[in-house]
Amino acid sequence: MELFQTILDILVSAAFWTAVLRIATPYILGTLGELLCERAGVLNLGIEGIMTMGAMAGWMAVYQGADLWTGVLVAALCGGLMGLLHATLTVPLGLSQHVAGIGVTLLGTSLSYFVYRLVLPQASTPPTIEPFQPLALPGALAQTPMTYMALILVAAVAYVLYRTPVGLAVRMVGENPAAAEAQGLSVTAVRIGAVVAGSALMALAGAFLTLSAFNAFFFNMVNGRGWICIALVVFASWRPGKALLGAVLFAAFDALQLRLQQVAGGVLPYQLFLMMPYLLSILALVLVARRASYPRALMIPYRKGER
Amino acid sequence: MRLEPREHTPLAARLLAPVAAVAAALALCALLVAWTGAPVLRAYGLLLEGAAGSRFALTETLTRATPLILTGLAAAVAFRAKLWNIGAEGQLYMGALVAVVLGGGMLDLPAWLLLPTVMIAGAAAGGATLLGPAVLKVRFGVDEVVTTLLLNFIVLLLVSMLLEGALKDPMGMGWPQSAPVVEAAELPKLVERTRLHTGLLVALGLSALLWLIDTRTIWGYENRAVGANPRAAAFAGMPVTRVMLRTALLSGGLAGLAGVIEVCGLKGYLTLDLSPGFGYSGIVVAMLAQLHPVGVVGAAVFIAGIFVGADAMSRAMPVPNYIADVLVATSLLCMLVAGLLTRYRLRRG
Repeated sequence: MELFQTILDILVSAAFWTAVLRIATPYILGTLGELLCERAGVLNLGIEGIMTMGAMAGWMAVYQGADLWTGVLVAALCGGLMGLLHATLTVPLGLSQHVAGIGVTLLGTSLSYFVYRLVLPQASTPPTIEPFQPLALPGALAQTPMTYMALILVAAVAYVLYRTPVGLAVRMVGENPAAAEAQGLSVTAVRIGAVVAGSALMALAGAFLTLSAFNAFFFNMVNGRGWICIALVVFASWRPGKALLGAVLFAAFDALQLRLQQVAGGVLPYQLFLMMPYLLSILALVLVARRASYPRALMIPYRKGER
Repeated sequence: MRLEPREHTPLAARLLAPVAAVAAALALCALLVAWTGAPVLRAYGLLLEGAAGSRFALTETLTRATPLILTGLAAAVAFRAKLWNIGAEGQLYMGALVAVVLGGGMLDLPAWLLLPTVMIAGAAAGGATLLGPAVLKVRFGVDEVVTTLLLNFIVLLLVSMLLEGALKDPMGMGWPQSAPVVEAAELPKLVERTRLHTGLLVALGLSALLWLIDTRTIWGYENRAVGANPRAAAFAGMPVTRVMLRTALLSGGLAGLAGVIEVCGLKGYLTLDLSPGFGYSGIVVAMLAQLHPVGVVGAAVFIAGIFVGADAMSRAMPVPNYIADVLVATSLLCMLVAGLLTRYRLRRG
């Protein structure tokens, strides 16, 4: 009963919902990026490495004197390049999306660490930058500009996917590439475009961590967020609106476990609370797996004239 | 330009593919080394020297290769059956966890009995860790890539929790580490006054055994058939689900054994940095070996050499030792392309 009261108190506080939106932002951006790739039929397991790359590149640009929005742009460009690598391997070459994605993650992560160490050889305490500040708005609206950008991007991706010919093309190459080809669309070009754009979004998710949520780059700071985004895409049944809902719901649980950790920290080991997001993701996958309607051509490479 | 499937792949092409991939990776990473301002050829020279230039370097490389052979085999057997086990890292830690629990004095057995017991139990723990995602896959259709990846994080948190709680070494000066295993649970050294231990022989033996199973038994045949085409295998009357679960136990078991062997052969106790990503590097090892159990040995020694050599190089030059991870990742991506070129040829038009 006491626990119930504590949870209720947490849930009605404005500070809680401010935290929820903040925690949700990288998940919103990452899930949106992965969703775009998968809608075009390409699983992108490079997400974890691309997020690390975005976090490092965005931060490094600002640390070298660029302004914050330039940092955001640099992150997106780096993400797009990594996406181009993944797309080249998986679309025209038709290589295993699983293995190529793991390779892109390994490359993105190691390259980020390499560059960081090269520029800052012996930084014991990570140097900091001046990050985005929350807007002066009341209550849970007091978010940094990147959170608002994420929310606008959800609407934008939903609009493009469902209301424009480009979106129709993306959905078509993910469902029935042969039919798309028959309509005169280039499956290869549409898929590459979707993966590059999606990967840029993933990099923004990483950049949010170093330019908005924190002010420095740490090793292992992405910490499995990319993998959770992949689970969230399934949970959202590949729809941008549901992806937003899923990310916020997930962040609410995460914020709640953080608060409960402070309340019940003395009784239970903190690791149990930290496990919750990962366990929750697996649970979500199991719950929706039965009725998940995957894009029909997901993970199936398309080669013209080959069945 | 288009790709045209080859009728058959010459053996020379299969053997040449990893060599070409590694050469391409070294050439690409030379650009990164040049960017740091270090002389490229001298840097690679130092890397080679650090990996194989002396008796000490060689034993260090083989010590590092031992767990990589096992995680490489774990990835190879799983990927053969199209079971995407990316969770070897977590399975390795589960094996290590069992090793310090059973080997830490709980079982009072002579060495000849204790070591096999710990190894089998550790392998079983690793296998059980992968069995969960495999059951979710065959029963509910949950993609095992995400579940095995997420389990890595859960297992690490579990290990962290136990190392700060029940398993914490009272003599550990407050560090989160377990008490050391008893002497009877230590693997004997292979070469005196080095770190190389007999775990290497276990890994080599398993690689040979898996090759025999693969080529000489119905088990191996079923595994390959299910990986190549599960529907055709089911139509031919093969128990596809059972093959999947069997593969999961085998793959997770190999990764769990890697954890046992790291603890009993090298470290003696468990910490949170027992594995510098052996589970993930194992995937690269398996791909470089084109999923061949014997090829895994060569690939593991190569990858281990890169890590050991890069450490030596970065001590002498201002090149961060993360160059090793970049080289390994680049090798994987180049190997994918090289593997493709053994199966397809490029045609104009």
